[in-house]
Amino acid sequence: MIAHAIFFYTFSIIAVVSAIMVTASKNTVHSVFFLILDFISISCLFIMIGAEFLGMIMLIVYVGAVAVLFLFVVMMLNVAQQKNQWFAAKDSSKHIPVGLIISTLIFFEIIIVIGGWKYKPEIFDINNAIAQTSISNTHSLGQILYTDYIHVFQISGMILLVAMVGAIVLTFRHRSGVKRQSYIKQISRERAEAVEILEVQSNKGVKIDD
Amino acid sequence: MIEIGLGHYLTLGAVIFSIGVIGIFLNRKNIIVILMSIELILLAVNINLVAFSIYLGDLAGQVFTLFILTVAAAEAAIGLAIIVVYFRNSGTIRVEEIDKLKG
Repeated sequence: MIAHAIFFYTFSIIAVVSAIMVTASKNTVHSVFFLILDFISISCLFIMIGAEFLGMIMLIVYVGAVAVLFLFVVMMLNVAQQKNQWFAAKDSSKHIPVGLIISTLIFFEIIIVIGGWKYKPEIFDINNAIAQTSISNTHSLGQILYTDYIHVFQISGMILLVAMVGAIVLTFRHRSGVKRQSYIKQISRERAEAVEILEVQSNKGVKIDD
Repeated sequence: MIEIGLGHYLTLGAVIFSIGVIGIFLNRKNIIVILMSIELILLAVNINLVAFSIYLGDLAGQVFTLFILTVAAAEAAIGLAIIVVYFRNSGTIRVEEIDKLKG
């Protein structure tokens, strides 16, 4: 139990500090790296409390895909103008106290809600997807994901498809002056327009390309 | 303090959520950091769902965490694509200069 506490505090302190550094870091590339550190520590927490499938999926999806996407975009755009200097700007610092007040208000509201929350005894009767301890987390998650939640699962696949098509359509750019391969042109080429048989007279030669 | 319960995880989620909100409010320069703050907020929601799922013994929370993960990935892809297109068209992604809609 003490090891549990030590690991929880270590990972949560790393997570909170790196979350602060995501918003406060001056360099956007550093922000992306702190975001990766944040996701890694949170996925360690997930693995620690027994949701190991989600922890691993989080590593794959966030660290492997989303963070790398962020890094690519940060490096594609102009890094020099992306300095993040909200403490340095004097003329437009009116928003800082407003933001701090609103976010501390939100924080204390959530804390009040958590503090007044109790287990309701009958909540164990109404839940329908009770975690079984005899099989692993991944196994039991798969058992309800592909039976009870199959429609939602399919809809999430559709969301990913739409996002992929949308991202491609948004960033697709048709360049002029680039020679492209056209399958239709290649396939529909016929003998009549490609080959010509000429009667070549002796010592005259053939004049082509005119 | 030593006994780690549900409240610890919920507090961690609340802290990360608030940091994400601070990041959205205070950032006036860089729109990519705003997208990263949105990712932080979704991460805090995921922490809450997984903690409830584990401590109540109900797997539905983890299933919905998977769906939130899906939506977050889709949102990041679309948002970054929009940023790239905007940068290509106008040459800047500073938040204070994005005022074409006069909002």
